[in-house]
Amino acid sequence: MRYLFIVKANQGPEPSPALMQAMHKLAQREIQAGRMLDDGGLAPLAMGCQVSVERGELKVLDGPFIEAKEMIGGYAVFDLPGPAEALASAREFMQLHKDFMPGWEGTCEVRAIAGSMTQGR
Amino acid sequence: MSQSDIHRAILGVWRVEQPRLIASLARMLRDVPLAEELTQDALVTALECWPESGVPERPGAWLMATAKTRALDHLRRAPMLARRHGMITAALEVEQNAMPDFDSTLDDDIGDEMLRLIFTACHPVLSPDARAALALRMLCGLTTQEIARAFLLSESTVAQRIVRAKRLLSESGLSYETPQADERNRRLPTVLNVIYLIFNEGYTASRGDDWLRPQLCDEARRLGRVLLALKPDEPEVHGLVALMELNASRNRARVDPQGHPILLMDQDRGLWDTRQIRRGLEALRQARMLGGGAGFFTLQAAIAACHARAQTPEDTDWHSIVGLYNQLSVLTHSPVIELNRAVAVSMVSGPERALEIVAALEDSGALKNYHLLPSVRGELLHRLGRISEARAAFTAAAALATNTRERALLKQRAAALENQGLLRG
Repeated sequence: MRYLFIVKANQGPEPSPALMQAMHKLAQREIQAGRMLDDGGLAPLAMGCQVSVERGELKVLDGPFIEAKEMIGGYAVFDLPGPAEALASAREFMQLHKDFMPGWEGTCEVRAIAGSMTQGR
Repeated sequence: MSQSDIHRAILGVWRVEQPRLIASLARMLRDVPLAEELTQDALVTALECWPESGVPERPGAWLMATAKTRALDHLRRAPMLARRHGMITAALEVEQNAMPDFDSTLDDDIGDEMLRLIFTACHPVLSPDARAALALRMLCGLTTQEIARAFLLSESTVAQRIVRAKRLLSESGLSYETPQADERNRRLPTVLNVIYLIFNEGYTASRGDDWLRPQLCDEARRLGRVLLALKPDEPEVHGLVALMELNASRNRARVDPQGHPILLMDQDRGLWDTRQIRRGLEALRQARMLGGGAGFFTLQAAIAACHARAQTPEDTDWHSIVGLYNQLSVLTHSPVIELNRAVAVSMVSGPERALEIVAALEDSGALKNYHLLPSVRGELLHRLGRISEARAAFTAAAALATNTRERALLKQRAAALENQGLLRG
């Protein structure tokens, strides 16, 4: 089953080098274990834009989005046997943030990708 | 949380941590089978403790600390070993007195150790069944119970198979070998075959009621990616990954809602997974780019790609497929490949030419218990309008099939011809 991990954090300082290094090591391990299919950190909000539909109108908004409290900092796609493994992976990933960047606050949202389910287990 | 939910949660943590645990322990103990055993002990301890205490904050460090304690105990109990491993014991003791160090566990580069695990689990000295069981256990973190369920064997059969395999490795002095590059290259096909065997058992289960056991396909595909990460320059690794992706891309179309198999030419191609096909075609391109176009898995992937590219059954490039099967047949001398070649030939040159290949196979006696031989014969005879002969062939095929679903399909085809025969009078 494939899972999308979306990491959201309050707008604040960039991840510290120590955290970046730890995340890189974890990613390497997960790739070697055949579980991580793709991952990436996202460039600063200032380089992004939003296109939305509001009251039937298209609206384009360029970054930075100062008013937004939370931003998506990165994502990863995993291939895992099931929800228990997904939860364990996400916990390990968030523990890393806790250990390597004290004071960091954020969320890792774990979502199964529809149509990738396998029955059984 | 129910008891079984807690078990699933613990197994989830276990599977995430297991490759690193066993790799680190194997390096410390210089013994892969022993490392496997002690990491299993750590799992058992977790299953005992965590339902009471809750999952610890750093489950990986907890499991590592527990496994290392077991390793220390083991070395103390075996003084001979301890002397040989004197330095390791001392280092372990120092480490044991410190807090579990989550940073250093991340620092382990397990790449080389994973390679060693893979080559140990898939050692040619072991039987193919034992290799598959060990690989699922040591590399995928499946429990004995899960492996037993996947292969429809009893737990005790699988447990015995694993114990015997590990004993054989220890007795043959293979518990911690470091195959050199040229030997690794020589043994790589064995490793690829183990992964393919696991995949195929999931893709077309040889026994039982379900035709497909997708979780085995998934484990095999993960193992393929492990190997890809470790040996990115091996064309046949890409070829195997391509073959597995392309075959698995059809999984949703291969069974009807009741679980009956649907044959390739009858499948709803809209249900094929286009992303998987894309990944498969990309892996095939890589395999060819690395010069592996004529490899066993790459050739098979190329055949699967011909099917994957065809929007409708009529679009299938049978000429290319026959060419690829010709190459494969020369490469392998495998009667199963030859049988597949017969089917492809029938699409290009007609059923008579194909029947000649089938007859030669029957004369050789190589596939006398293989249900697909009479099944293909039945298919060809049917197309030639030789209905009663076709019916007899399908009946013979059904008698040989060991998968319930496949047997039902073959019986159904025989029965359908019976009706047709009656109608024709």
